Amino acid sequence: MNNIKVFFNGLIKENPTFVLLLGMCPTLGTTSSALNGMSMGLATMAVLVFSNFIIAAIKKLIPDMVRIPAYIVVIASLVTILQMLIKAYAPAVDASLGLFIPLIVVNCIILGRAEAFAAKNGAIPSIFDGLGIGLGFTWALTLLGACRELLGTGKVFGFNCFPEQYGALLFVLAPGAFIVLGYLIAIFNKLKKA
Amino acid sequence: MVIVLTSISVIAGLALGYVNSITAGPIEEIKAQQLAEGIKAVLGADDLTVTKTDKLENGTVRYNTDKGVAIQTTDPNGFGGKLTVLVGFNDEGFIQGYRVLETAETPGLGAKAGEWFQKGQKGDIIGKKAGSLTVTKDGGEVDAITASTITSRAFLRCVNAAYASLAENKEDAQTGASVQQCNKEEEVTNE
Repeated sequence: MNNIKVFFNGLIKENPTFVLLLGMCPTLGTTSSALNGMSMGLATMAVLVFSNFIIAAIKKLIPDMVRIPAYIVVIASLVTILQMLIKAYAPAVDASLGLFIPLIVVNCIILGRAEAFAAKNGAIPSIFDGLGIGLGFTWALTLLGACRELLGTGKVFGFNCFPEQYGALLFVLAPGAFIVLGYLIAIFNKLKKA
Repeated sequence: MVIVLTSISVIAGLALGYVNSITAGPIEEIKAQQLAEGIKAVLGADDLTVTKTDKLENGTVRYNTDKGVAIQTTDPNGFGGKLTVLVGFNDEGFIQGYRVLETAETPGLGAKAGEWFQKGQKGDIIGKKAGSLTVTKDGGEVDAITASTITSRAFLRCVNAAYASLAENKEDAQTGASVQQCNKEEEVTNE
């Protein structure tokens, strides 16, 4: 499988949010606005690319019995590094997503890709897989966040589209996340079949 | 098996230590800067000096300055969790300004607390005497944020707690009772 194909596989065909339905917790939790969704997606992508790369590179050294703990150590370290970098250089992102960044450790997309892809493929294809899945996750979260923000507050990325008082606040709250996600999955699968 | 896992952990630990040593400085700077800006904003002064910082056991932090007192309080029962507010009081004990430092309130609803209670806004508390401020629903005089009564209540609890702490502060000053002092360089904002 060539690298480009691997990349687009994660973007559309095996989109983690709309097709695999992985990582639903951050998907529902962080998408109260388009910007939050995008930041979360990019943060996850950064971890995923590096964890896929490192795990693919060291997989031959790791005995099968301890591979999960070894993966978790790698992933947790990457997430902690990312968290420290965000705190130091992007305080605005830290303010809105602070709580969710450490939870990337237990995001099943990352461990899932480590097991399903990085452990069976080389380091370079694993980077492309990380990029594809990560970007697939990012665009899905951004779209979900944009829909919720638009319907809930009349804004997208903070720009006013219609006056705020006509927004249905339900969409900013948790139930709105489920409703919008359900419709997006339905639309996505319809388009994919067509 | 043990060796591999141990060495992976050791390498990971070293990497973490290295990144921490790089980022610790900027993180502290950002925190200190945000706090300094916050104190200036809530006291409405561009130029002030913090003369004394008291860290109290309940998480309240008092910053005595030459332009008034800024007090940071936390209420655990916001709609989305902890709500931390910095309130500035002038010498007469009236509210000079406030800033929401830490919030997990709902965007579009409770997250409006940062603007809602400012001067000229619907729930204006600036210039009021704190201590027993409550929302209109509870018989008070402050308009709660639309559809966010829980956030508004938590916010006013913070403001009232800050005022209570201010009163204690005055007693301390009069009786000369010593409160736990802390270094200004120490971490002063909430995690």
